[in-house]
Amino acid sequence: MTAALDTRLVAFARALRGHGVVAGTSEVVDAGLVMQAIGLEDRERLREGLAAALMRRAGQRPVFDEVFDVWFPAAVGLRTAVEGDPDADTDAPDTVNNPRNRQLADTRPVRQLTIARNSDATEVRAIAQALRDELAQALADNDIRALDALAARVVETLGRLPNEASTGSWSGQQALDALAPQTAIAAALARIQDGALDVPGGSGDGSGGSGGAGAGTAGPPSGSRFVDRFTRDELRSQVTAFRRRVETETRRRNAEARGAERISRYAVRPPAEDQPFLLSGRTDVDELRRTIAPLARKLATRMAARRKRASRGSIDIRRTLRSSMSTGGVPMRPAYAHRRPARPDIVVLADLSSSVAGFSRFTILLVQALAAQFRRVRIFGFVNVVDELTDAVVSAAPGTDLSTAFDDTARLTRWHRNSDYGAALHDFAAHHLDAVGHRTTVLILGDARTNGTDPAYDVLREIVDRARHVVWLNPEPASAWGSGDSVAHRYAEIVDMRECRNISQLRQFVTRTMPVR
Amino acid sequence: MGGVTEQPDPPRFASVDDVRDRLSAAGYLPSDAIATTVFLADRLGKPLLVEGPAGVGKTELAKAVAAASGARLVRLQCYEGVDEARALYEWNHAKQLLRITAERTGGSDDGSGSAGGGDWDALRDNIFSEEFLLPRPLLTAIRSEEPVVLLVDELDKADVEIEGLLLEVLSDYAVTVPELGTITARHRPFVVLTSNATRELSEALRRRCLFLHIDYPSAELEQRIVSLRAPGLDAALTESVVRLVGRLRELRLRKAPSVAETVDWAHTLIALGAEDLTADVVRDNLGVLLKHQDDIARAVVALDLTSPGLT
Repeated sequence: MTAALDTRLVAFARALRGHGVVAGTSEVVDAGLVMQAIGLEDRERLREGLAAALMRRAGQRPVFDEVFDVWFPAAVGLRTAVEGDPDADTDAPDTVNNPRNRQLADTRPVRQLTIARNSDATEVRAIAQALRDELAQALADNDIRALDALAARVVETLGRLPNEASTGSWSGQQALDALAPQTAIAAALARIQDGALDVPGGSGDGSGGSGGAGAGTAGPPSGSRFVDRFTRDELRSQVTAFRRRVETETRRRNAEARGAERISRYAVRPPAEDQPFLLSGRTDVDELRRTIAPLARKLATRMAARRKRASRGSIDIRRTLRSSMSTGGVPMRPAYAHRRPARPDIVVLADLSSSVAGFSRFTILLVQALAAQFRRVRIFGFVNVVDELTDAVVSAAPGTDLSTAFDDTARLTRWHRNSDYGAALHDFAAHHLDAVGHRTTVLILGDARTNGTDPAYDVLREIVDRARHVVWLNPEPASAWGSGDSVAHRYAEIVDMRECRNISQLRQFVTRTMPVR
Repeated sequence: MGGVTEQPDPPRFASVDDVRDRLSAAGYLPSDAIATTVFLADRLGKPLLVEGPAGVGKTELAKAVAAASGARLVRLQCYEGVDEARALYEWNHAKQLLRITAERTGGSDDGSGSAGGGDWDALRDNIFSEEFLLPRPLLTAIRSEEPVVLLVDELDKADVEIEGLLLEVLSDYAVTVPELGTITARHRPFVVLTSNATRELSEALRRRCLFLHIDYPSAELEQRIVSLRAPGLDAALTESVVRLVGRLRELRLRKAPSVAETVDWAHTLIALGAEDLTADVVRDNLGVLLKHQDDIARAVVALDLTSPGLT
């Protein structure tokens, strides 16, 4: 293996670490062995091999793929061959390090379709239209390699930023905006239907020629007709994949211009589980919700293990003597008395004001999933008045969308819509303190920003005294605790306050530290 | 990598293509990722940690590797509470007790009166010999005279202590039985660990393994798998089945259908003698693919399968 390749591998591992894929020295050594064992002939195999050596869990794969594409690009400069061609990209990683090759790539004749710097809008539109036609054909044929080549050409022709001379950079967003690949779906559908008419066994009458809307709704259902109703969805996910191809291609071109290190630091999307709750938009919530079920399962396993271990304790003399009969009266296997550890109660007290609502809602959904693990779950929400939400949450069927159940915050507010921790704590202590007993774990969710009101430390102390555990999950970074109107640092002296900014921290809490007894 | 055996075993596979061909011949169609990783696990002599949804063929992979490399498969099925005695080895207490009792009665028959002193030393050496050892999967794999594939299945179900035990066994491929000494592997076993990720495995264990995440196969690969496993189904219908399953996986279901269920479904269609995939056939047999009532209800709506007969 060459020294340049070693350097590149180490830099690649360092870039991965920057994105939370912790690859230690031993992993990098393994990765080197992997390179030696499978060589550089096949880029996809190299990708899989390095993934096996450097990755530790499946959730890291998207990040790994993006960083890999930046550090081990499919080609240099304008791509002349499609990935998968036998001799196209064999020595790609090496050529990147070789300045002469790079120069060579830069001086390649630029294709005629490239937008001239002063080209007007109509010309761009014409080019986009031509590319869209090709896209529709490639989608209809489901030709992966054609799609790949097309992505490269789209970036080349539509993605060049106007001030390329100074920065030499590319924009996948600009290219996709100009191309509008989703508009190719209808055309691709039409082509597929035209094609189906030519097939002798097609048996469809093709009455709805304009789109997929009529497919599978009328007429005698036949095999091809039934599955045809998936075509549109399949095309849609193909287009999504095509968008990703364009983004990958953009990163590759930019990495060439600005250096892989820089691009892999800024252009690689962080994994969903590291995205802060406070910044999560609505679309992310879907993705976050998908991670709940595994978390609930993990906690269940943990609690079951704990319960099982608890049954090893004092020796049950009677049963031990009984079981020693089979070994001639020699007590070989002591029988232990069963202890029946009680399942704990859990009380959730969640700030549902708009600033932290995303976080609280998500965590309440988690608690709902956990409901079976606890003897009793009670959920209280507040903004500045406390109200019990248990019925609304627990009675809902699993899998239904609960996020709207909390949207009506009218019951939780009085006079104003700002959160008031002091008033909420007083209210909770006055009306619901009987929910907290010696077996209760209390989870408080919120950012502890009081908007300048009385924080009511004494009431919180009272709750702490009554409960078995009180844990406060705060979606703000610990460094921000106590800044501005936050009294998190003062509350943290009273309760066990934990930073819980993203899914990975929440997972850490649920699987390792959540008090389950 | 220090040599575990006197001379290291020759690699099982010559190249990635060789892996693919031989696994295919063993009835397991691997994706490129699987073939590459299996090849590397063999070359680098590292255990393979396989994760992925249930039913994508994690266990099958280990069986196929055993079949393809002509090795014996030793399987340790993990469950909650599996311990050293179940995983590594155990002394056969009952047999030892019998041996002691037999010694005692034999002694009194001689009429010598006492069975003490030197007899006891001999007896102790005797009852802690190979004869009274019950090897469990880990020890079996280490002691085996022939090459083995060791499958540690559903490791996430086991307690954390077993991971510590595995770390020790997998780093040196040696087991120490205090009464017998250290037993070192004659052949380095090909180790496959599978996990459904109900519990986070420890970093230490992950670091020692090559990681392979098996996901649902691509449509093209799944078609080949189905036609291999259910050869009676004609090609067009196979394609339809795979497209239907692919669509179902995109719905947000509690349990997405896996490859195993696709194959079951293909067999169902053969049994029914179905010529075409129609809405009626799909609706009536959705239970083969989906295991939860609310999943079925959701799929019926999403695929527009509603009929007057079904509410």
